[in-house]
Amino acid sequence: MISPRYHRDIPQRYRLEGGKCTKCSYIAFPPRLVCPKCKSKSFEPYHLSREGKILTFTIIKVGPDKFSKETPYVVAIIELNDGARLTTQVADCDVERVALGAKVKLVFRKIQDEGKSGLHCYGYKAILL
Amino acid sequence: MYGIVGYGSYLPRYRIKVEDIAKQWGADANALKRGLLLYEKTVPGLDEDTITISVEAARSALQRAKIDPQKIGAVYIGSESHPYAVKPSGTILIDALGIGPHVHVASYEFACKAGSEAMYVAYSLVKAGEMDYALGIGADTSQGAPGDALEYSASAGGAAFIMGKEKVVAEILFTHSYTSDTPDFWRREHEFYPRHAGRFTGEPAYFKHIYNSGKSLLEKSGMIPSDFQFAVFHMPNGKFPQEVGKKLGFTKEQMEVGWIVPWMGNTYSGSSPTGLAAILDVAKPGDKIFMVSFGSGAGSDGFIFQVTDEIEKVRNLAPKLRDMLDNDKIYLDYGQYAKFRKKIILNE
Ligand SMILES: [Zn+2]
Repeated sequence: MISPRYHRDIPQRYRLEGGKCTKCSYIAFPPRLVCPKCKSKSFEPYHLSREGKILTFTIIKVGPDKFSKETPYVVAIIELNDGARLTTQVADCDVERVALGAKVKLVFRKIQDEGKSGLHCYGYKAILL
Repeated sequence: MYGIVGYGSYLPRYRIKVEDIAKQWGADANALKRGLLLYEKTVPGLDEDTITISVEAARSALQRAKIDPQKIGAVYIGSESHPYAVKPSGTILIDALGIGPHVHVASYEFACKAGSEAMYVAYSLVKAGEMDYALGIGADTSQGAPGDALEYSASAGGAAFIMGKEKVVAEILFTHSYTSDTPDFWRREHEFYPRHAGRFTGEPAYFKHIYNSGKSLLEKSGMIPSDFQFAVFHMPNGKFPQEVGKKLGFTKEQMEVGWIVPWMGNTYSGSSPTGLAAILDVAKPGDKIFMVSFGSGAGSDGFIFQVTDEIEKVRNLAPKLRDMLDNDKIYLDYGQYAKFRKKIILNE
């Protein structure tokens, strides 16, 4: 069954909605209640930049059950142009071509299926530019 | 003035060549390439479907239209490969793009012409004054049964069009639809692959409907083929659109830009709409575009567009179709392709 959390997380999964600290401009993604930098509790809604670069990555050769047929695939930490960071899969790529600093953009993709008859779950992945 | 205020297209990066499919079934690749004028086709990634393709095409349309997504009053996605039998694809798309929730959403189905249907209704609602903007999309991740002729052509891609009345980039001057009960191609509920009536799909279906829609559209508009810079027709293979275009009086040169099928395949509901997007990527102000779709079952929707000065301001704001078609390709062999298209039976 689909978790209520998937539904609750739609703004960040679908639209990259985070929060920007109104005191120190720290971008929190996923959104937070307290700023880790200045402890402020005041955030304004913020849409992350959709482009950035690969900070670090790993090639998954033995995946968890759900993704075992998709190996090898790349999971990377991306630094977006606005400085925010997130972890995501790098799709549509020859794993050999992935490199530190490579430019990427975030696209809307299917992340997983809830079995054969359950929901399709969507979110963001990165592709090389 | 009513028409397109923003457009966008999307194609997956994966491809398979006609040779690799032919080899699997012992078919003659050269004969197929000559006969169908098909060389390769797009293949969706394991994480792509009609919804993800629609979102990326519509994101580009929004970038070009530069409008507040909240002002879009209707979202229609035409496809024969909606991921859900019950749950409209547009419900997910609107949340991904920040449209709604005060919006009318529906899925359309009419084999390969579901996309032009969505465009037609979106345009009509804006023209009727019901809303400022409406989004019509045609997208598919179509399947052909292994070894079937359709396997060489069935591909994936889509295009999205925001209709409006201000800052129109391509005005819609005339439309005309032609529909009849023609059992050329169908898929019963719960069946994985579609069925088609072999040669019956040509003359009484594709040619009859496009020709009659196109001919009536010319009569209605009082225009002749030489009035147009571009023409695009539904592209089930490379050959059919050229033949029907010629029959209507259009030249190869007029059809060249929109004729993307040899390297893209048949994107079904996305077929003539992606061809139109390729044309808008290069058209000049004042150019006229003739477009007729076709959907089995059967019917055709015809449109006459006239490009405006606005086109120059928007065309470079999002990826262009030919760039996606020519660059960043990843070729699959038949085994990888069969896995990608879930043609291999796996244990749960
Ligand atoms: Zn802070």
